[in-house]
Amino acid sequence: MIELGMKTLPIVGVTGFIIGLVIAMQLSPVLKRFGAEAFLPGSVGISIVRELGPVICALIFAGRVSSGIGAELGSMRVTEQIDAMEVSGVNPFRYLVVTRIFSTTFILPILTVYVIFISLIGAYIAVVLVQNMTWAYYLDRVIFAVEFGDAIPGVAKTFVFGFIVGLVGCYKGYTAENGTEGVGKASTSSVVVSSLLILIFDMILVKFSLWIWPTVK
Amino acid sequence: MDLANGEVMIEVIDLHKSFNSNRVLDGISFNVAEGENMVVFGRSGTGKSVLLKCMIRLLEPDSGNIKIQDKDVLKLNLKELNTLRKNIGFLFQGAALYDSMSVRENLEFPLIRNFIIDRKEIDERVHFVLEAVSLLEAVDKMPSELSGGMKKRIGLARSIITKPKLMFYDEPTTGLDPITSKEISVLINDLQRSLKMTSVVVTHDLLCAKIIADRAIVLDDSKIVKEGSITELTNSEDQLLKNFFSDEIIEINGSQK
Repeated sequence: MIELGMKTLPIVGVTGFIIGLVIAMQLSPVLKRFGAEAFLPGSVGISIVRELGPVICALIFAGRVSSGIGAELGSMRVTEQIDAMEVSGVNPFRYLVVTRIFSTTFILPILTVYVIFISLIGAYIAVVLVQNMTWAYYLDRVIFAVEFGDAIPGVAKTFVFGFIVGLVGCYKGYTAENGTEGVGKASTSSVVVSSLLILIFDMILVKFSLWIWPTVK
Repeated sequence: MDLANGEVMIEVIDLHKSFNSNRVLDGISFNVAEGENMVVFGRSGTGKSVLLKCMIRLLEPDSGNIKIQDKDVLKLNLKELNTLRKNIGFLFQGAALYDSMSVRENLEFPLIRNFIIDRKEIDERVHFVLEAVSLLEAVDKMPSELSGGMKKRIGLARSIITKPKLMFYDEPTTGLDPITSKEISVLINDLQRSLKMTSVVVTHDLLCAKIIADRAIVLDDSKIVKEGSITELTNSEDQLLKNFFSDEIIEINGSQK
């Protein structure tokens, strides 16, 4: 689980930083047009915490991890390593699948918190470029704007995304066939299917979270 | 059928297996006695590996019956099947070593996952099987650092580390040069005799069969077409067997020169 997280840390960190920076740069002139520049930290904070952080992180995670799991298990399947495990009396489903799904489910929320934090740093740099604002004041504005009802559903839904990434990658890899071509297909379709499912479930979970926490500042 | 060597260890009765409309096994029946080395011959695509995988339920047969040590294999639940499998070794065609594990970890894996034995015993068993396959120096290598023949040897070492009573070999010499192929066959034969295991060997390598087999069956067109000793089969006047063995005999003679 730690290895999975450590391998993904650099890419989600860089992506998160750039996303935060770009969102703040994009929002800044728009808010200035309406004379609402003071709301920039809050707007950036809410968009990152509620939506961009979790979804971007999950999509990057799917690209990095789901394909890796699909390829790894697919390769084990076509080279009879899974059969060898089965023959030696070990339950390969428990040993290979359950452990991976467990890891992805619990590592993605941790990565998401990290991405949110890095994104806020990226956004702060963009804010500093256009406004004279200290880090403490910026953070204060973000915390003031972001409610409990924003943070919890944002991070909570990544448990579902992590589960999807692990499940799809394991399923595609575990059922791979037709040699190396099958491994390639398993890897590619793991990313495609898990990314699509992440977006579909995001839509459902956003609706669900708005039903539970209907009041947004 | 001569089962004078001992009790019946494996009974395969009227086994059928198809993949969609492609019938692979059609009413296969045979017995293997305890301590006997049975070779299953046949051209590529005649269902030899499918038969082996059905016997250990890596594939589910469509119908028929398989008994191993008087246990009805097809009626066992997963837990019972896993218990049975712990007494069976299986050497896969490509050795099927776990890529992400070193040779030592590959060998330790079935022990650690299945048996409660102490560190000292694990080390002793690893040493014993590596010595048996003459690859003590490879203990800390990764599978990617091994040659094809070495992989087969380590695969063999891994399958005997649990001291199985029964061994299944799926094309143990495929993809190897004639010399390595003969070495592996001799090694398998020596281990079979010294560890007193019963075995079913799937191969189309006549030299391998000559070295290992007590008895052989020939599969063709989804059925067993002949059964007997290797000498009986190679001397048979049956045109199918003549065709099958003629090329193999030329190869053996060539490799022995």
